[in-house]
Amino acid sequence: MSRRPDLFCLAALAFSGAALVMDLLFSDPATGIAGAPLFTAALALLCSVAGWWSWKSATTPGHGLALVVVVIGGAVVALVLLYGYGYAGQVSATFWLFILALWALAWRGIDCLAAFSSLNATRQRLVDTLIPVLFGAWLLFLWEVLVAGFEVPHVLLPPPSAIAARFAGSLDILRADFYQTFMKAVLAGYVIGCGSGFAVAVLVDRVPFLQRGLLPLGNLVSALPIVGVAPIMVMWFGFDWQSKAAVVVIMTFFPMLVNTVTGLSEAGALERDLMRSYGAGYWQNLFKLRLPAALPFIFNALKINSTLAMIGAIVAEFFGTPTVGMGFRISTEVGRMNVDMVWAEIVVAAIAGSAFYGVMALLERKFTFWHASYRQN
Amino acid sequence: MPETTKRNVVTCEDLSLTFETADGPVFALSEINLQVSQGEFVSFIGPSGCGKTTLLRTIADLEKSTSGSILVNGVTPEAARMNRDYGYVFQASALYPWRTIENNVALPLEIMGLAKAERDARVAKNLALVDLLGFENKFPWQLSGGMQQRVSIARALCLEPELLLMDEPFGALDEIVRDHLNEQLLRLWNKTNKTVIFVTHSIPEAVFLSTKIVVMSPRPGRIIDVIDCGFARDRTLEFRESPEFLEVAHRVREGLRAGHSYDD
Repeated sequence: MSRRPDLFCLAALAFSGAALVMDLLFSDPATGIAGAPLFTAALALLCSVAGWWSWKSATTPGHGLALVVVVIGGAVVALVLLYGYGYAGQVSATFWLFILALWALAWRGIDCLAAFSSLNATRQRLVDTLIPVLFGAWLLFLWEVLVAGFEVPHVLLPPPSAIAARFAGSLDILRADFYQTFMKAVLAGYVIGCGSGFAVAVLVDRVPFLQRGLLPLGNLVSALPIVGVAPIMVMWFGFDWQSKAAVVVIMTFFPMLVNTVTGLSEAGALERDLMRSYGAGYWQNLFKLRLPAALPFIFNALKINSTLAMIGAIVAEFFGTPTVGMGFRISTEVGRMNVDMVWAEIVVAAIAGSAFYGVMALLERKFTFWHASYRQN
Repeated sequence: MPETTKRNVVTCEDLSLTFETADGPVFALSEINLQVSQGEFVSFIGPSGCGKTTLLRTIADLEKSTSGSILVNGVTPEAARMNRDYGYVFQASALYPWRTIENNVALPLEIMGLAKAERDARVAKNLALVDLLGFENKFPWQLSGGMQQRVSIARALCLEPELLLMDEPFGALDEIVRDHLNEQLLRLWNKTNKTVIFVTHSIPEAVFLSTKIVVMSPRPGRIIDVIDCGFARDRTLEFRESPEFLEVAHRVREGLRAGHSYDD
């Protein structure tokens, strides 16, 4: 038999086995977690699962799913021990061996699950979404357990549960901040910046001397440091969202300009000759050939700019703002050592930023389905 | 039809074209004299760099001549282009990947500003002509190379031009597909009685298709020989094994040799 030993299951077996032995031999409640019946039972279960899996060398997606379920059960036990039994801050080595065993099993489980391939599109999509979700959930769990187990001070790093609690408890503030920063500054700046970048690109393309004169200047503007520009914009446009929108305009203008100018020269010589042979005018040429050909580049800029706009608006709020806004909240709550609020704002920024990017990526798929990178025969 | 009633579709007199490059002038065309009359199938043949594509592009007003005169349908090439007097088929299909087959064929009609009903009728008619009904809603990248090239022929025919300019349209296709398309093209030409100017570097293709073969030679690009071949219009692929065919093919090869096309 040339079966390769399943290293991850073997590691899980070794870790949980060692933990079980230590748990049974040194059942001294004073030294930490050892001796709790729930913990002993969980260790025994992990031992047997890891042993069984490495013995059978089971690697189908179904087996992977079963492993994931076991790991989730183990994770729940770990959280119950930390918070329900009050062991946070005084866990022993056996506990960390238990976590290591879980980690090894989680790895093997996701690994098996990732190999899933089905002709049924819905099922395939379900598994394809499940994998990053599980991966993220595992990272959050590890973060929680490490912070609670080692009693890391909250100022350094609050556990995800504290962030979630703070998030749920300050929905009104977060909503107001989101509205101020995203709905006003980011969206307005994004639309104006991308729109004017696009319009100037078409103009630059039409008037050749602008290409020589204006593009280097645009390059210069894009190299301006945001921390220098933001206070100036505040002086020009006041404390409210308009100055942040102006910063966003400056940040998003150039990527759109450069990408559109490049995209407009993307149509091939043959395709242009074809238009010429039809006696097509400038605008027909632009709308029927050059703009469609430029779309992949334009969407590239829209995606880059969606993240740049978030960063620009939040950072700009550090330089003067009314008492609302994501950047304002972050800078003041850091000053008050209210780090879980800062993290809650980071979560909002992450969700808004990814959603924004995701919408642009979806639109890109819809409009550039014909491009070689998306084609489906 | 007596020869005298046939009108000249293309007339070149002492036509020359010189490209100025950093390495000095390149004489792409030198003193070309050529008449193409209505209903003819004329092939330009010659090695790379002999100016056959440049000559076709000059007829289409995609290049400007430096001296001499050229008339297309009795007017300048530019006027002929703006009148949409010709349909041009390129080496590659040049279909726009974001448009369906139907909309690709309709593209020139949109640019002309025809009404939707008229566009649809012409698209259906020309797709039927190249045997591609049923593919209207596919995208170009979902079709084979031969089918794509047929779409581009339908697109050129859509303008309903008297003159069809074809620049090595089947050059990128394999020989089996090429033979098949040659036969289809011949049938199409026979049926529609259009004038066709066809650039190729394949001797069998030129001899099989043409009523007149223009043999060209490079440096400077010039015409070596003009061979008339009045074969029956309804010839089939078997014709390529006949003695008449081989005789004309031999004469083309001799012409190419005289123009130093086979020199090292």
